[in-house]
Amino acid sequence: MADDHIIDLRHVSKRFGDKTILDDINLYIRKGEFVTLLGPSGCGKTTTLRLISGFLAPDEGEILLDGKDISAIPPYKRPFNTVFQRYALFPHLDVYDNIAFGLKLQKVPQDEIEKRVKRVLKLVSMSDYEDRDVESLSGGQQQRVAIARALVNQPKILLLDEPLAALDLKMRKDMQIELKEMHKKLGITFIYVTHDQEEALTLSDTIVVMNEGKIQQIGTPIDIYNEPVNCFVADFIGESNILKGRMIRDRRVAFLKHEFDCVDEGFGEDVPVDVVVRPEDIYFTTDPAKCQFTATVKSCTFKGVHYEMFVDTDKGYELMIQDYDPYPVGSEVMLYIDPDDIQVMHKERTRNVFDGKMVDETHVEIMDGVFECLPQEGIAAGDPVRAVIRFEDVDLLDNQEDGVVAGEVHFLLYKGDHYHLTILTDEGYHIWVDTNDIWDKGDLVGVNIAPKDIKLEKRDEA
Amino acid sequence: MKRSHWSIPYVVFMAIFVVLPLVLILVYAFQDGNGHFTFSNITRFFSDSDALGTFAVSIEVAIENTLICILLGYPAAWILANRELNRSAVTIILFIMPMWINALMRTLATAELFNMLGITLGKGTLLFGMVYDYLPFMIYPIYNVLAKMDKSYAEAAQDLGATPWKVFWKVTVPLSMPGVSSGVLMVFMPTVSTFAISEFLTNNKIKLFGTIIQENINSSMWNYGAALALIMLIIIGVTSLFSDERKEAEGALI
Repeated sequence: MADDHIIDLRHVSKRFGDKTILDDINLYIRKGEFVTLLGPSGCGKTTTLRLISGFLAPDEGEILLDGKDISAIPPYKRPFNTVFQRYALFPHLDVYDNIAFGLKLQKVPQDEIEKRVKRVLKLVSMSDYEDRDVESLSGGQQQRVAIARALVNQPKILLLDEPLAALDLKMRKDMQIELKEMHKKLGITFIYVTHDQEEALTLSDTIVVMNEGKIQQIGTPIDIYNEPVNCFVADFIGESNILKGRMIRDRRVAFLKHEFDCVDEGFGEDVPVDVVVRPEDIYFTTDPAKCQFTATVKSCTFKGVHYEMFVDTDKGYELMIQDYDPYPVGSEVMLYIDPDDIQVMHKERTRNVFDGKMVDETHVEIMDGVFECLPQEGIAAGDPVRAVIRFEDVDLLDNQEDGVVAGEVHFLLYKGDHYHLTILTDEGYHIWVDTNDIWDKGDLVGVNIAPKDIKLEKRDEA
Repeated sequence: MKRSHWSIPYVVFMAIFVVLPLVLILVYAFQDGNGHFTFSNITRFFSDSDALGTFAVSIEVAIENTLICILLGYPAAWILANRELNRSAVTIILFIMPMWINALMRTLATAELFNMLGITLGKGTLLFGMVYDYLPFMIYPIYNVLAKMDKSYAEAAQDLGATPWKVFWKVTVPLSMPGVSSGVLMVFMPTVSTFAISEFLTNNKIKLFGTIIQENINSSMWNYGAALALIMLIIIGVTSLFSDERKEAEGALI
């Protein structure tokens, strides 16, 4: 372990009932760093924070502070302080007593308390508010008091649980700048939880992107934005065009049914990949020599600083483009993409693969449902099998009852000419589906697969 | 019909069954036996050492009962509201259930129980009966406040270095005071005016303020009885004024 680590999470897992909230989390945080745990609700970011603050204990793994395991240390003995999402200021105490709460518990002398409360109130620009009733303060002022109450104890780490979520946009922006300045001035470690990607990009030294209890990517804001490692990160951070592609060889990739030079190497030859192009990285040109492909402008919306346009490419893909200049709807445009701006990612998966069992000659049990399949030589009833189903072969039905298994649309990505959906079944299985139909997140669906589309192979029971 | 007309039946009901009796008490309290205006009923109370003594005993018993109810009721409410200690709603219903049964019946049953066990009726049995009758009225409002209390307050206190014991005394208790004052109101006021419990559980060995009012009315001394009732009303009114301060706090029952 390097000396500059203040917190180490090693193989940390947490379950509530039979639901896994955190799955083998490994993370270290350096002294003085501003680290943001970023992800959609339910991704495990708040659980991670509560494990560090000590309100929850991990089911597996260990949490180290300065290299020492702190599992056995209760929250009130940990040298951290938290700024809670809804502030949690004590309504029976005034501003001064709220801030002095921690110091009084430590039996700090009266005059020292007074000095420190005054100093910290000045830090959060709330001097002269000592005697105010906390409930008479505005949301932003309560937030400042909450930050002051945490900082006055001079914690080794300040934990912030979506502290700006309840504030309006203008106030949020101001507080972001102030938090950043406080971090610089105080030099202590900040661990910040948010679902707001813009906030994370603005504030952090390091961003930890989480989804479904797993860390997706750890990196600086620039790394995360420019080089997302998978579709989830690319989609979650900023706007992006995510497209199916094929790595032809090193530094050459095909997508949009065109070939492009890129800077990525080491994927191999003729390998399916996902490609991310940010909307601001697609350029208009009038020079036919530069043009890589053409497109028709479908819509053009003014967004303040830039225009956001949707175009249909010559090969039928829809792309989002941001540019300072508008192009009229219906016009034919020439476009190009710089090799540097093409981010190539390994495909996380190329097909659905399920382990199951043959029920009889023409039925197979996978995902706790019995699907019809074609009889196959050498596979008898009761045999363990592996079923392979292509993304585009999964049929989704409006009524859950009509499907062999029922589920809901859990996550969806638009890939230029089709949607890539993640279906979470009621039994907890994931199925990935490519479709041209439009579904929304949370839609309840039935899942069916045609017998001919289920490819079976015998599996050795290990 | 205007919306405000809907309230007419209630206004009539209130006038007949609430306002009119109060007015009658007021009128009777300031009349002598012949219907002439007088202050003598009121002054008589303040020179009646028997009545004053009973009054003092009533207040004393009410305070004792209220204190015992807080001491027993607060921990009970705390345990009921604590999800880790109490996972079922059944226990809460068990605590509240005595409220469903008529207090008179429970008191009679308690008296029989004491007789059967050969326990002499007196102050002890009186207090037992009162606590038994009024404890749910203390538990319920406190439980209500504790159950609704935002857990993040306790977490914030822990986060700032408070041990569970300190969290309880510095955060949980102060924040649950609205529930406690509701409970005090619901226990203290009825205890001052009760007479059935003392009749059954002490065989009238200990007289309470309610008992004298009842005795006076029963022996047709309506005017003095009304004056005593008025004095009691004023005292109850004053107590409720004291506990009104934190009324706006959520979870309070009254």
